Amino acid sequence: MNEQINNESLNLEALRAGNRAEFARLVERFSNQIYRVALKFLGNPQDAEDVLQETFIKAMRALPNFEGRSSLATWLYRIAMNESLMILRKSRWDLAPVEELDADDDAGLSGMVLTDWCCLPEEELLSSEARRFLDRAALKLPETLRSVFVLRDVEGLSIRDTAEALGISETAAKTRLLRARLKLRKELSVYYGERLTEERSE
Amino acid sequence: MNEERHCQQLIETISDYIDGELDSGLCVELERHLSECNNCQVVVNTLRKTIELYKDPSDGDVLPDEVRQRLFYRLHLEDFLKS
Repeated sequence: MNEQINNESLNLEALRAGNRAEFARLVERFSNQIYRVALKFLGNPQDAEDVLQETFIKAMRALPNFEGRSSLATWLYRIAMNESLMILRKSRWDLAPVEELDADDDAGLSGMVLTDWCCLPEEELLSSEARRFLDRAALKLPETLRSVFVLRDVEGLSIRDTAEALGISETAAKTRLLRARLKLRKELSVYYGERLTEERSE
Repeated sequence: MNEERHCQQLIETISDYIDGELDSGLCVELERHLSECNNCQVVVNTLRKTIELYKDPSDGDVLPDEVRQRLFYRLHLEDFLKS
Protein backbone atom coordinates (compact mmCIF):
# COMPACT_ATOMS: atom_id res chain seq x y z
CA MET A 1 0.00 0.00 0.00
CA ASN A 2 0.94 3.62 -0.37
CA GLU A 3 3.70 2.86 -2.81
CA GLN A 4 5.66 5.99 -3.40
CA ILE A 5 5.66 6.18 -7.14
CA ASN A 6 7.81 8.64 -8.91
CA ASN A 7 7.48 9.19 -12.58
CA GLU A 8 11.09 10.04 -13.14
CA SER A 9 12.29 6.48 -13.19
CA LEU A 10 10.05 5.77 -16.18
CA ASN A 11 11.04 7.40 -19.43
CA LEU A 12 8.03 9.42 -20.61
CA GLU A 13 9.51 10.11 -24.01
CA ALA A 14 10.05 6.41 -24.62
CA LEU A 15 6.53 5.67 -23.44
CA ARG A 16 5.06 8.29 -25.76
CA ALA A 17 7.10 6.93 -28.65
CA GLY A 18 5.63 3.47 -28.10
CA ASN A 19 8.72 1.76 -26.70
CA ARG A 20 7.53 -1.73 -25.70
CA ALA A 21 10.20 -2.40 -23.10
CA GLU A 22 9.36 0.84 -21.34
CA PHE A 23 5.66 0.06 -21.49
CA ALA A 24 6.34 -3.35 -19.96
CA ARG A 25 8.10 -1.56 -17.08
CA LEU A 26 5.06 0.67 -16.64
CA VAL A 27 2.79 -2.39 -16.49
CA GLU A 28 5.14 -4.09 -14.02
CA ARG A 29 5.13 -1.01 -11.83
CA PHE A 30 1.42 -0.25 -11.70
CA SER A 31 -0.50 -3.47 -12.39
CA ASN A 32 -0.68 -4.51 -8.75
CA GLN A 33 -2.27 -1.30 -7.54
CA ILE A 34 -4.66 -1.01 -10.50
CA TYR A 35 -5.86 -4.56 -9.89
CA ARG A 36 -6.24 -3.94 -6.16
CA VAL A 37 -8.23 -0.75 -6.58
CA ALA A 38 -10.58 -2.41 -9.08
CA LEU A 39 -11.01 -5.42 -6.82
CA LYS A 40 -11.80 -3.23 -3.80
CA PHE A 41 -14.18 -1.10 -5.80
CA LEU A 42 -15.99 -3.89 -7.67
CA GLY A 43 -15.59 -6.80 -5.27
CA ASN A 44 -15.21 -9.35 -8.05
CA PRO A 45 -11.87 -10.81 -9.29
CA GLN A 46 -13.07 -11.37 -12.87
CA ASP A 47 -14.28 -7.77 -13.19
CA ALA A 48 -11.04 -6.54 -11.62
CA GLU A 49 -9.04 -8.48 -14.22
CA ASP A 50 -11.14 -7.00 -17.04
CA VAL A 51 -10.50 -3.51 -15.68
CA LEU A 52 -6.79 -4.23 -15.38
CA GLN A 53 -6.51 -5.34 -19.00
CA GLU A 54 -8.68 -2.56 -20.41
CA THR A 55 -6.77 0.07 -18.42
CA PHE A 56 -3.43 -0.85 -19.95
CA ILE A 57 -4.87 -1.35 -23.44
CA LYS A 58 -6.35 2.17 -23.26
CA ALA A 59 -3.17 3.56 -21.73
CA MET A 60 -1.08 2.08 -24.55
CA ARG A 61 -3.29 3.81 -27.12
CA ALA A 62 -3.48 7.12 -25.28
CA LEU A 63 0.16 7.48 -24.21
CA PRO A 64 1.31 9.36 -27.34
CA ASN A 65 -1.07 12.13 -26.23
CA PHE A 66 -0.29 12.00 -22.52
CA GLU A 67 0.59 15.55 -21.52
CA GLY A 68 1.94 14.82 -18.08
CA ARG A 69 -0.30 17.29 -16.28
CA SER A 70 -1.04 14.62 -13.70
CA SER A 71 1.26 11.82 -12.61
CA LEU A 72 1.18 8.55 -14.54
CA ALA A 73 -0.28 6.85 -11.47
CA THR A 74 -3.20 9.29 -11.22
CA TRP A 75 -3.77 9.07 -14.97
CA LEU A 76 -3.92 5.26 -14.80
CA TYR A 77 -6.24 5.38 -11.78
CA ARG A 78 -8.53 7.64 -13.75
CA ILE A 79 -8.71 5.23 -16.68
CA ALA A 80 -9.27 2.33 -14.27
CA MET A 81 -12.07 4.10 -12.40
CA ASN A 82 -13.82 4.94 -15.67
CA GLU A 83 -13.58 1.31 -16.75
CA SER A 84 -14.88 0.16 -13.38
CA LEU A 85 -17.86 2.48 -13.58
CA MET A 86 -18.65 1.19 -17.05
CA ILE A 87 -18.68 -2.37 -15.75
CA LEU A 88 -20.98 -1.36 -12.90
CA ARG A 89 -23.38 0.34 -15.29
CA LYS A 90 -23.41 -2.58 -17.70
CA SER A 91 -24.07 -5.13 -15.00
CA ARG A 92 -26.74 -3.12 -13.22
CA TRP A 93 -29.32 -2.16 -15.80
CA ASP A 94 -31.57 -1.18 -12.94
CA LEU A 95 -28.92 1.09 -11.46
CA ALA A 96 -30.47 3.28 -8.82
CA PRO A 97 -30.07 7.01 -9.33
CA VAL A 98 -26.94 8.43 -7.75
CA GLU A 99 -27.67 8.91 -4.11
CA GLU A 100 -28.10 12.48 -3.00
CA LEU A 101 -25.07 13.21 -0.92
CA ASP A 102 -26.87 15.23 1.69
CA ALA A 103 -30.00 13.16 1.80
CA ASP A 104 -28.97 10.89 4.64
CA ASP A 105 -28.65 11.40 8.33
CA ASP A 106 -25.19 9.99 8.90
CA ALA A 107 -23.72 13.37 9.62
CA GLY A 108 -26.32 14.19 12.25
CA LEU A 109 -25.84 13.61 15.94
CA SER A 110 -29.03 11.62 16.24
CA GLY A 111 -27.75 8.82 13.99
CA MET A 112 -24.54 8.30 15.92
CA VAL A 113 -23.75 4.93 17.42
CA LEU A 114 -21.67 5.61 20.49
CA THR A 115 -20.12 2.29 21.38
CA ASP A 116 -16.39 2.47 21.97
CA TRP A 117 -15.10 -0.74 20.44
CA CYS A 118 -11.51 0.40 19.96
CA CYS A 119 -10.44 -1.68 22.98
CA LEU A 120 -11.30 -4.98 21.27
CA PRO A 121 -8.21 -7.15 20.79
CA GLU A 122 -6.51 -7.13 17.38
CA GLU A 123 -7.42 -10.75 16.67
CA GLU A 124 -11.06 -9.83 17.09
CA LEU A 125 -10.79 -6.64 15.00
CA LEU A 126 -8.99 -8.41 12.18
CA SER A 127 -10.40 -11.93 12.29
CA SER A 128 -11.19 -13.40 8.89
CA GLU A 129 -14.88 -12.93 9.64
CA ALA A 130 -14.28 -9.28 10.51
CA ARG A 131 -12.32 -8.77 7.30
CA ARG A 132 -15.18 -10.16 5.26
CA PHE A 133 -17.51 -7.81 7.08
CA LEU A 134 -15.21 -4.84 6.31
CA ASP A 135 -15.20 -5.73 2.61
CA ARG A 136 -18.96 -6.18 2.48
CA ALA A 137 -19.55 -2.89 4.31
CA ALA A 138 -17.36 -0.98 1.86
CA LEU A 139 -19.09 -2.62 -1.11
CA LYS A 140 -22.45 -1.50 0.25
CA LEU A 141 -21.45 2.16 -0.01
CA PRO A 142 -23.00 4.00 -2.96
CA GLU A 143 -20.49 4.06 -5.81
CA THR A 144 -19.90 7.81 -5.56
CA LEU A 145 -18.74 7.41 -1.97
CA ARG A 146 -16.98 4.09 -2.49
CA SER A 147 -14.74 5.37 -5.28
CA VAL A 148 -13.46 8.22 -3.10
CA PHE A 149 -13.03 5.98 -0.08
CA VAL A 150 -11.10 3.28 -1.98
CA LEU A 151 -8.70 5.76 -3.57
CA ARG A 152 -8.15 7.89 -0.50
CA ASP A 153 -8.31 5.52 2.44
CA VAL A 154 -7.50 2.12 0.99
CA GLU A 155 -4.94 3.20 -1.60
CA GLY A 156 -3.69 6.20 0.34
CA LEU A 157 -3.93 8.82 -2.43
CA SER A 158 -4.04 12.49 -1.45
CA ILE A 159 -7.36 14.33 -1.68
CA ARG A 160 -5.99 16.18 -4.69
CA ASP A 161 -5.03 13.01 -6.57
CA THR A 162 -8.30 11.32 -5.58
CA ALA A 163 -10.26 14.27 -6.98
CA GLU A 164 -8.19 14.26 -10.14
CA ALA A 165 -8.56 10.52 -10.69
CA LEU A 166 -12.33 10.85 -10.39
CA GLY A 167 -12.71 14.09 -12.30
CA ILE A 168 -14.41 15.84 -9.38
CA SER A 169 -13.52 18.90 -7.30
CA GLU A 170 -11.47 18.58 -4.13
CA THR A 171 -14.44 19.90 -2.16
CA ALA A 172 -16.66 17.16 -3.56
CA ALA A 173 -13.98 14.56 -2.78
CA LYS A 174 -13.79 15.76 0.82
CA THR A 175 -17.55 15.77 1.27
CA ARG A 176 -17.87 12.26 -0.13
CA LEU A 177 -14.98 11.02 1.96
CA LEU A 178 -16.63 12.33 5.13
CA ARG A 179 -19.91 10.60 4.23
CA ALA A 180 -18.16 7.34 3.38
CA ARG A 181 -16.12 7.32 6.58
CA LEU A 182 -19.14 8.11 8.77
CA LYS A 183 -21.23 5.42 7.11
CA LEU A 184 -18.52 2.82 7.60
CA ARG A 185 -17.90 3.89 11.19
CA LYS A 186 -21.59 3.37 11.86
CA GLU A 187 -21.62 -0.11 10.27
CA LEU A 188 -18.48 -1.14 12.11
CA SER A 189 -19.79 0.24 15.40
CA VAL A 190 -22.85 -1.99 15.18
CA TYR A 191 -20.77 -5.02 14.18
CA TYR A 192 -17.97 -4.61 16.72
CA GLY A 193 -20.46 -3.45 19.34
CA GLU A 194 -22.02 -6.91 19.15
CA ARG A 195 -18.59 -8.54 19.48
CA LEU A 196 -17.97 -6.37 22.52
CA THR A 197 -21.24 -7.45 24.14
CA GLU A 198 -20.38 -11.11 23.48
CA GLU A 199 -16.95 -10.66 24.97
CA ARG A 200 -18.30 -9.04 28.11
CA SER A 201 -20.95 -11.70 28.63
CA GLU A 202 -18.37 -14.49 28.47
CA MET B 1 -26.97 24.12 23.37
CA ASN B 2 -23.55 25.55 22.74
CA GLU B 3 -21.91 22.19 23.37
CA GLU B 4 -24.35 20.54 21.00
CA ARG B 5 -23.32 23.00 18.33
CA HIS B 6 -19.73 21.98 18.97
CA CYS B 7 -20.62 18.30 18.55
CA GLN B 8 -22.22 19.04 15.19
CA GLN B 9 -19.27 21.16 14.13
CA LEU B 10 -16.88 18.41 15.12
CA ILE B 11 -18.72 15.85 13.04
CA GLU B 12 -18.73 18.11 10.02
CA THR B 13 -14.99 18.68 10.21
CA ILE B 14 -13.95 15.30 11.61
CA SER B 15 -12.35 14.07 8.36
CA ASP B 16 -10.12 17.13 8.12
CA TYR B 17 -9.37 16.89 11.81
CA ILE B 18 -8.29 13.25 11.57
CA ASP B 19 -6.22 13.97 8.46
CA GLY B 20 -4.54 16.86 10.28
CA GLU B 21 -5.83 19.37 7.75
CA LEU B 22 -8.00 21.48 9.98
CA ASP B 23 -7.36 25.19 10.36
CA SER B 24 -5.37 25.61 13.60
CA GLY B 25 -7.83 27.98 15.30
CA LEU B 26 -10.71 25.60 14.74
CA CYS B 27 -8.54 22.71 15.80
CA VAL B 28 -7.81 24.25 19.21
CA GLU B 29 -11.48 24.96 19.73
CA LEU B 30 -12.51 21.44 18.82
CA GLU B 31 -9.82 19.85 20.96
CA ARG B 32 -11.08 21.81 23.92
CA HIS B 33 -14.56 20.50 23.21
CA LEU B 34 -13.19 16.97 22.76
CA SER B 35 -11.54 17.05 26.18
CA GLU B 36 -14.96 17.66 27.71
CA CYS B 37 -17.24 15.57 25.51
CA ASN B 38 -17.13 11.83 25.91
CA ASN B 39 -19.47 11.15 22.98
CA CYS B 40 -17.28 13.05 20.55
CA GLN B 41 -14.18 11.27 21.86
CA VAL B 42 -15.84 7.95 21.03
CA VAL B 43 -16.75 9.14 17.54
CA VAL B 44 -13.21 10.38 16.85
CA ASN B 45 -11.56 7.21 18.23
CA THR B 46 -13.83 4.79 16.41
CA LEU B 47 -13.57 6.75 13.16
CA ARG B 48 -9.76 6.71 13.39
CA LYS B 49 -9.87 2.98 14.04
CA THR B 50 -12.25 2.42 11.11
CA ILE B 51 -9.82 4.11 8.71
CA GLU B 52 -6.88 2.25 10.23
CA LEU B 53 -8.59 -1.13 9.75
CA TYR B 54 -9.19 -0.47 6.06
CA LYS B 55 -5.56 0.56 5.62
CA ASP B 56 -4.24 -2.58 7.22
CA PRO B 57 -1.43 -3.76 4.93
CA SER B 58 -1.72 -7.41 5.97
CA ASP B 59 -4.87 -7.56 3.89
CA GLY B 60 -3.27 -9.47 1.04
CA ASP B 61 -4.82 -8.24 -2.18
CA VAL B 62 -1.96 -8.80 -4.55
CA LEU B 63 -2.08 -9.51 -8.21
CA PRO B 64 -2.27 -13.30 -8.72
CA ASP B 65 0.53 -14.54 -10.94
CA GLU B 66 -1.79 -16.03 -13.54
CA VAL B 67 -3.66 -12.70 -13.83
CA ARG B 68 -0.36 -10.92 -14.34
CA GLN B 69 0.65 -13.42 -17.04
CA ARG B 70 -2.66 -13.10 -18.89
CA LEU B 71 -2.23 -9.32 -18.81
CA PHE B 72 1.19 -9.49 -20.45
CA TYR B 73 -0.12 -11.86 -23.14
CA ARG B 74 -3.13 -9.64 -23.80
CA LEU B 75 -0.81 -6.68 -24.29
CA HIS B 76 1.52 -8.75 -26.53
CA LEU B 77 4.29 -8.17 -24.03
CA GLU B 78 4.91 -11.78 -23.13
CA ASP B 79 8.56 -11.51 -24.13
CA PHE B 80 8.99 -9.18 -21.15
CA LEU B 81 7.44 -11.53 -18.60
CA LYS B 82 9.84 -12.05 -15.75
CA SER B 83 9.16 -15.02 -13.54
